Amino acid sequence: MTIRTLLLASAALAGLSGAAAAENVLKWGANRDIGSLDPYSYGDSFTINVLNHVYEGLVRYNEDLQIEPALAESWEILDDKVTWRFKLRDGVTFHNGNPFTADDVVASLQRVSHETSPLKGNLPAYVSSAVVDDLTVDITLNGTYPLLLNDLTNIHIFDKEWMVENGAELPTDIGSGVEGYATYNANGTGPFIVESRQPDAKTVFVVNPDWWDEPQHNLDRIELTPVTSAATRVAALLSGEINFTNDAPVQDLPRLDAAPNVEVLEGVDLRTVMIGFPFRDTLVSGEPNPFKEKAVREALYKAIDLDLIHQRVMRGKSRIAGATVAPPIPGYVAELDTLPGYDPEASKALLADAGVPEGFAFEFNCLSDGLVNEEQFCQAIASMWSRIGLAPKLDVAPRAVQTPKRTNGKTDVYTLGWATLPMLDAYSPLLQIFHTKEGNSGVFNWGGWSYPELDALIQQAGQELDVDTRLGLETQALQIVKDEMIMIPLHQQPMAWAVTNEVTEMPLFPDNKPRLWFAQVGGQG
Amino acid sequence: MTAFLIKRFANAAFVMLAVALLAFTIFRFFGDPVEMMVNEQATQEDRAQLRERLGLNDGFVTQYTRFVTKAAQGDFGISYRNQQDVMVLIGERFPATFELVLVATILSLVIGIPLGVITAVYRESRMANALQLGSIVGVSLPSFVVGIMLILAFSVSLGWLPAFGRGQTVDIGWWSTGLLTPSGRAALVLPALSLSTFQITLVMRLVRAEMLETLRTDYVKFARARGVPARRVHWVHALRNCLMPVITLTGMQIGNLIAFALVTETVFQWPGMGLLFIQAVTFVDIPVMAAYLMLVSFIFVALNTIVDVTYAWVDPRLRDDTATAGGANG
Amino acid sequence: MADISQMTQETDPAKPTLRARLEAMQESDLWYSFRSHPSAIFAACLLALVALTAILAPVISPQDPYDLAALELWNAEIPPIWEEGGQWPYLLGTDTQGRDILSAILYGSRISLVIGFASVIVALAVGLSLGLIAGYFGGWVDNVIMRMGDVLLSMPFILIAILISAMATAALPTGLKDVLAAPILIFAIAVPSWVQYARTVRASAMVERKKEYVQAARLIRVKAWRIMLHHILPNCLTPIMVAATLNFGLAILSEATLSFLGVGMPPDQPSLGTLIRIGNQYLFSGLWWIVVFPAVQLCLIVLSVNMIGDWLRDALNPKLR
Repeated sequence: MTIRTLLLASAALAGLSGAAAAENVLKWGANRDIGSLDPYSYGDSFTINVLNHVYEGLVRYNEDLQIEPALAESWEILDDKVTWRFKLRDGVTFHNGNPFTADDVVASLQRVSHETSPLKGNLPAYVSSAVVDDLTVDITLNGTYPLLLNDLTNIHIFDKEWMVENGAELPTDIGSGVEGYATYNANGTGPFIVESRQPDAKTVFVVNPDWWDEPQHNLDRIELTPVTSAATRVAALLSGEINFTNDAPVQDLPRLDAAPNVEVLEGVDLRTVMIGFPFRDTLVSGEPNPFKEKAVREALYKAIDLDLIHQRVMRGKSRIAGATVAPPIPGYVAELDTLPGYDPEASKALLADAGVPEGFAFEFNCLSDGLVNEEQFCQAIASMWSRIGLAPKLDVAPRAVQTPKRTNGKTDVYTLGWATLPMLDAYSPLLQIFHTKEGNSGVFNWGGWSYPELDALIQQAGQELDVDTRLGLETQALQIVKDEMIMIPLHQQPMAWAVTNEVTEMPLFPDNKPRLWFAQVGGQG
Repeated sequence: MTAFLIKRFANAAFVMLAVALLAFTIFRFFGDPVEMMVNEQATQEDRAQLRERLGLNDGFVTQYTRFVTKAAQGDFGISYRNQQDVMVLIGERFPATFELVLVATILSLVIGIPLGVITAVYRESRMANALQLGSIVGVSLPSFVVGIMLILAFSVSLGWLPAFGRGQTVDIGWWSTGLLTPSGRAALVLPALSLSTFQITLVMRLVRAEMLETLRTDYVKFARARGVPARRVHWVHALRNCLMPVITLTGMQIGNLIAFALVTETVFQWPGMGLLFIQAVTFVDIPVMAAYLMLVSFIFVALNTIVDVTYAWVDPRLRDDTATAGGANG
Repeated sequence: MADISQMTQETDPAKPTLRARLEAMQESDLWYSFRSHPSAIFAACLLALVALTAILAPVISPQDPYDLAALELWNAEIPPIWEEGGQWPYLLGTDTQGRDILSAILYGSRISLVIGFASVIVALAVGLSLGLIAGYFGGWVDNVIMRMGDVLLSMPFILIAILISAMATAALPTGLKDVLAAPILIFAIAVPSWVQYARTVRASAMVERKKEYVQAARLIRVKAWRIMLHHILPNCLTPIMVAATLNFGLAILSEATLSFLGVGMPPDQPSLGTLIRIGNQYLFSGLWWIVVFPAVQLCLIVLSVNMIGDWLRDALNPKLR
């Protein structure tokens, strides 16, 4: 209730002094809300991205997506090859005024790697951590592991004292029926402080005057409002009710571009959109599964007119992809980025060769709230497949409905977008998607495939500290993925942000993550 | 009277128990709660543990009793999606819906009553015919179409009024109101208009029908014969006799308006209970769905009971009747 | 008493009685009233036209909008024929998948009309039978049925429909979902609407069953269902007819609302509400025809139904004339 009292007071104050008008407010209309104020309670990159304005990691990506120091100033790998020593930044304070120390790092790592944490998979190699002195921490891993820093970019640091005071040492666990204090309250070291939050309605952040870093932004306030309907978002932007959206619908870009007060920022996302096949013995219908034949997978691939989808559904804004990772991702090589060529006649021949000349029926699982224009490209692809004699049953529903079906093998063909976040390395899809499903590996291997030679390459890469050797191994693994057509890539999806002319500076990043600590709003008051 | 009251309240309680049974059935049997809660990596053992902890292995009656006991204390568990107490979520959203429904109700009375009187009094005139036709158009336009058209006209083309949200709100205790700020009031205009379209025509038609009957009564004829001016006869004498049914209708329709607000709230992204419910439907967030169903039904039943009891108090003949709950339903 | 002897002798006396009643109605006020109401005639013609084109949709529409293989993405987003860039045969343009809007509207109207009509029929059948049974037998049967009704009426119509539809869709496997989408909607809309009919019939049945002729018929062991069907039911046909007509309009609106909210017909068999939902996403993209034409058609259908219902109510209620 303190937040509310504060809000009431500040609203009254704003009304009296007219201060609100002079503030630099970024009114952010997002396509959805964050799941919680606790970045560990929800394995979801949008929530983590937004909360990164409040919480920070030991390291972070800079404007060129290179890793740079954040709460840690420097680090080294000790002689045993499995222990990393981090020197922490001095003089950092949390929003409640508590100093940032090694204890906080250890408590945070324990919290995120706790067995009930939904995010424990984001720190796969972690074993333990220990305080060396007030500003030094050792992190021990389960082996040599090259990507710890990449993982740590998204592991946010909490204040230990605050967690203990409020009984928030453990991640929120809805299973136990107890809400975490951290679900409603936040206390980080980041450039912004949470002022108030009303789930699905509005979350307000105000600037942190005591931020340790030199602010490059001039914002006083960020108001995050979820506006799920694309058309309403556009209307709100045109009328100036919001001045920033990180999801401008592609079909409305011409309209937004034409508006005198709106600027569209476009780019190609790192997220590669793929289609996955089932490798189980039977389809959901109980019929034998023809997708186990590579020829059938190839037939479906060749039947998709990638260019048509690029031009019509994605309005020429996507990048047609032949590889399962995007060009900026380490591990990508141009040789893998080749297209199969649209050839429906060849598809029919392939189906005939595979013994299913008459085609067959299968389910095609898409999300209604997932990728850019997913519903439309799924419909288009279903229509292309039905033209080679197949009978796809399109199943479009929200993520919450589809995910259980996908993870439990209750669907046949499905879509998946993978941006390799936060790792920004080809190891991420190899480990999480293409590896055999076992333990922490192959979590997103929904089709149930298993290629031992692929697994071996991935495991080798996961322990190789030399960058070039590791990337070579990853390329070899991606070659197998491509040759076997385990999943077929469609495109890297477009990303489009839009700002009104109140916003003078808004850098767009290929990982599609708003970093508002680089944003500038022209003073309106 | 006491017997009637007891009977009436018992009936209301029975209805709420039945609604609770329905909500519980949805809660328990559609979409496995365990599957909704665990993350993808959870093992079979984790799931079994959670199942035990949630008491999902208990008998049906035990679970239902537990659900009702908790619901009566306002405990509907935790939202699968927001990981927040469901009642807190709904409580935060209630003021938005309430203000929307309140303003829409006022609009429907302020606009509907005069239109109804005019169409009844001048019933052969061209204007009355046009209004009558307009009222049919009013009930025939889907409220989401009305909303979309209002946005197109007043937000996109003219830029006069906001297309979404509540504008700036002020907190008074736990109640957040949009009525005290200019942007809050502006944001309320289009949604309230769109929500009240149907209700306006309903009030107008009811007033017209009642007026037509009243105008035929001796009471009005006498008033006319006594030389009371026509305007006064229509707007005071006759109208006063029509108000009771209008008030009853308005009271009973509030429940429906709250429910129908979910369409308006979706179109205008109005952060009320209805939007919360629709989002819960999309995400299969069953605790929220169950709680919303119970709450709206409770409001419905409470209003109906109040109306019935008031009527019985006014007119004792109704007391021994086999009066039943419910009433006008759209 | 003549009625009873007739009933016991003839094998199927119901039809002539009913028909005679209807004919009498036509000869008297109703037909005259219809002819003298231009708005009713207009509405009836409009509805007939919509129904006819909807029935004939497979014959007259240029494209089968449900056949995925017939959709050609190259033909997507063509504006109506009178606009620049319009193309034959896409009179009203195409949507983002290359679906002909006119065909989609014709097929969509068909779905909307069928769902509306079927849900009214189902609700009528259930409501009339339960109402008759409750009113005629009274006692615990009456209690059970009417309490069920109370419970349904204590939840807003639209809420029940949304819940049923959303739950059924979430619970069904994908294969069945497409096939059952329309039946689910019919069920979802019928469930909350039968109570109104049941109450009307019950009230009438409670009055009638106390009358002498019913008592007499009982004494000579005329079967219960015959009494209900031949005496009680015809007595309340008038209000039921009006209610059913108005509910038909309401049912079409409800279907559209559910589909608009995303818990109705799926995008590959779009009803008018689904078309509006899809079109709504393109409101600002200049593709106005995707949303406007289906919306106009929906409003026209509901408007004509409501005009007929309105006229019918006025015509059958002499007080208002």
